[in-house]
Amino acid sequence: MAESAATTTGPLPGGPPAQPPPTATRRGTELMLLAFAAVLVTGALMLVEINQEQELTNALLYYGAAYLGLFGVAHVAVRIWAPYADPLILPCVALLNGLGLVMIHRIDLAEAERAELTGRVFSADVPRQIMWTTIALVLFVAVLVLVKDHRTLSKYGYTAGLAGLVALALPGILPNVIAPEINGAKIWLRIPGVFSIQPGEFAKILLMVFFAAFLVSKRDLFMAAGRKVLGMELPRARDLMPMLFAWFASLGVLVLEKDLGTSLLFFGIVLVMLYVATERVAWLVLGMTFFIGGCLVAYQIFDHVQVRVTTWLDPFADFFNKGRQLGQALFGLGTGGIGGTGLGAGRPELVPLAKSDFIIAAIGEELGFVGLAALLMLYTLLVMRGMRSALAVRDTFGKLLAGGLSFAVGLQVFIVVGGVTKLIPLTGLTAPFLSLGGSSLVANYALVALLLRISDGARRPAVAAKPVVPQAPIAEAHTVLVERPS
Amino acid sequence: MNAPLRRVALAVMVMVLMLLANGTYIQVIKADTYRNDPRNSRVLLEEYSRQRGQISAAGGQLMATVENTTGRLKYLRKYPEGPIYAPITGYYSSNYGATGLEKAQDSVLNGSDPLLFGRRLSDLITGRDPRGGSVQTTIVPKVQQFAYKAMSDKKFSGAVVAMDPKTGRILAMVSTPSFDPNVLSAHDTEAQQKAWGELTKDPKKPSMNRAVGETYPPGSTFKMVTAAAALENGFTKDSPLTAAPTITLPGTNNQLENFNGNRCGGGETAPLIEALARSCNTAFVDLAIQLGETKLRQQAEKFGIGEQGQKIPIGVAGSSLGDIPDKAALGQSGIGQRDVRLTPLQDAVVAATIANGGVRMEPQLVSQILRDVTVLQENDPVRSGTAISSATAATLKEMMIQSESRTAGGGKISGVTIASKTGTAEHGANPKANNPHAWYAAFAPAEDPKIAVAVIVENGGDRGQDATGGTVAAPIGRGVIGAFLGGG
Repeated sequence: MAESAATTTGPLPGGPPAQPPPTATRRGTELMLLAFAAVLVTGALMLVEINQEQELTNALLYYGAAYLGLFGVAHVAVRIWAPYADPLILPCVALLNGLGLVMIHRIDLAEAERAELTGRVFSADVPRQIMWTTIALVLFVAVLVLVKDHRTLSKYGYTAGLAGLVALALPGILPNVIAPEINGAKIWLRIPGVFSIQPGEFAKILLMVFFAAFLVSKRDLFMAAGRKVLGMELPRARDLMPMLFAWFASLGVLVLEKDLGTSLLFFGIVLVMLYVATERVAWLVLGMTFFIGGCLVAYQIFDHVQVRVTTWLDPFADFFNKGRQLGQALFGLGTGGIGGTGLGAGRPELVPLAKSDFIIAAIGEELGFVGLAALLMLYTLLVMRGMRSALAVRDTFGKLLAGGLSFAVGLQVFIVVGGVTKLIPLTGLTAPFLSLGGSSLVANYALVALLLRISDGARRPAVAAKPVVPQAPIAEAHTVLVERPS
Repeated sequence: MNAPLRRVALAVMVMVLMLLANGTYIQVIKADTYRNDPRNSRVLLEEYSRQRGQISAAGGQLMATVENTTGRLKYLRKYPEGPIYAPITGYYSSNYGATGLEKAQDSVLNGSDPLLFGRRLSDLITGRDPRGGSVQTTIVPKVQQFAYKAMSDKKFSGAVVAMDPKTGRILAMVSTPSFDPNVLSAHDTEAQQKAWGELTKDPKKPSMNRAVGETYPPGSTFKMVTAAAALENGFTKDSPLTAAPTITLPGTNNQLENFNGNRCGGGETAPLIEALARSCNTAFVDLAIQLGETKLRQQAEKFGIGEQGQKIPIGVAGSSLGDIPDKAALGQSGIGQRDVRLTPLQDAVVAATIANGGVRMEPQLVSQILRDVTVLQENDPVRSGTAISSATAATLKEMMIQSESRTAGGGKISGVTIASKTGTAEHGANPKANNPHAWYAAFAPAEDPKIAVAVIVENGGDRGQDATGGTVAAPIGRGVIGAFLGGG
């Protein structure tokens, strides 16, 4: 009897449990797609070298191999620590990152040529970006290793929130010595010669973790019905706090750091996460009201907002001054046309900030509308795979976080591409994985690592459930020794 | 929470669709606007990265050439004798576009013309840098140089056009004051802007091509046309015309008088030949009214006056008689006043047509298009019709020889018979306050014309109110003829 009790109630899974057929990890697909991305990136690099009349050597193949090696390491890490993760996300990111590197290298060549003619010293940006890619991949692996289960993150919600808020506010508050204003925005922390980062990029992720945790724990409160106005159930006044908080934080970024892009991005993310958590359209309506109000006020008060709107409406009115960035970008896009000038055969270096904020214009010029559309599809694929993970994952925290992270990428792409192509006013963000910039790259890789972690959680077969113990009627039950959890 | 997540995913899709729609608008619909915007330096950089073709004169002397540079723009346009040839070459500026042949023959010079297609292909295969084709003009350097010097030495504003009457080839085309296209074509944007500012603000308008881009009242040189109309319509060189010193314009109280108020010769009437030789205004007013508007206009059209959109291949301003509402206007038009306006080129065409026995030749500035030493296109002379019979041409020539012999002014060439007509054209709202334009239209040698020339000196040149075609413009015209015939 005792033996039988041990087999049925012991902590170790006993005899063969009725396990479902093993879920395919699809890691092979991921590796194949990564190899495909490597071929594409090597081909793109070759085209650049041909069109820029550089020597074609075997070195190109080594670069391609090194690229594949770098992402191969990431792939192996995923294989070990997140074997059930979505197989499309990493290849998408790798391809975007690779194309970005090729484009930065291509603009390096153009700038080197110009520097040679004018006798100036020139230092290439691409080695630094490769270094950042490596660092980003190290962080990527670290996140996969450290965060074994995304649900543990919810325990650190408030810590993440506080850290995020500090990171967001830091450049705005600190004096110009270590937080200089660069290209009109005060979003950098810089110790000259040592390092410079944009803490806002990291704040984005930390705050999403906080909001996901906060909303999940307080979800029931927000769901409580408030007053009904015009057929919409408005939230109670005290539930407005997170929204007000986001609104003020956004305005703070706008005022102190003059960073329109981050301000817009941050507010958009909070709004969408609130909506997903509560399923109330009222939040969207309220949020948009706040947003429009904020915009109107900001436009009235701040010069830099007015300038952005004016140059957006007609960049050519003041082309040789304020409209030059956007004007040059449009000229580049127009010159590229449908098919583009060909990689390495355009003049993307004419656009200011071509490697970072305006890399989209460079791609639109050299790869044309076709190339730009393909790039957008790549981003869409990335966002949709993230959304799919959000739908599939079982816990609400995971859903909310994955949804927020995916939407953040989508919104950022919309803000960047929309700004460069004159759909919306230019606000200055980087294109995720594509643009030159260490902070952006490292932060986005951390974001993707979290997404992979959640998608792994979503697709991982449920841990073999404890075999159901046939309950003996209470009267016949034996006394059982319960182990104290260690 | 899956329903709102799905909606958010949908919203991202909609955002991407908006980006795609906007991308289509920018890169497909508006692409050409952006591509061709003058501020878009991409096209320009592309153009400057190819070696532009040369522009040369008839003997091969270079009027526009290129130099290699180490700058952002690889090739620099140079004009070895800048201002002399500026009305022909124009400039080629990275900020202000192009004018003259630089504009009119741009596709040849930049290498995109279909004529150069084969060459482009062979460049592509042999790996040579693509280059543009060269344009050889009909300009004879010694004539051009002489005419420019003659005008600019005296600081005259005006133009000189010389043509080969038999082929229509333009031997010289001078416009003064001129400008230096080198500065406008320099790569230094600031230097360009400064030069542009000075050029556009200069009240003398040096950038204007007076030879083909501006029209003037032709004054008495127009009597060639009126006389031609008369001879073609039954008049002879002996037909009597009034010799009165003044004539009342029909329907008005306005008196029109001969130069200095003189009678036209000794008698009550003067024969047509004497009226032209003496350039009697009253006689020609009388003649124009007798002929009527239709005949005068038809004759003018046969000479090419009234044609619009002419290209040599530089665009030529349209010459015209203007509206002739009544007989008073008709009389005034007959002596090249009122609303009659000709380009100096058109005036030269009239003289050249008479010289060529009445056959009008299309004026041409470009003789050949080449790539290296290979001729890709040879421009043959083009007849544009018969303006007058050869008999009328012969009579007019005789009358113009008479006119030349009565014309004062220096520069006469011994041993060469010139046929000419001078003009002293009043202009402006108050003619007595403005100095008249001095004209001279001629061809020589009269027995076998080799050159026809038209000269205009604006506002009397150095003689002011006393200027006449004979004293101011004729010496220059004769000098140009001498410069051409002198060296064979």
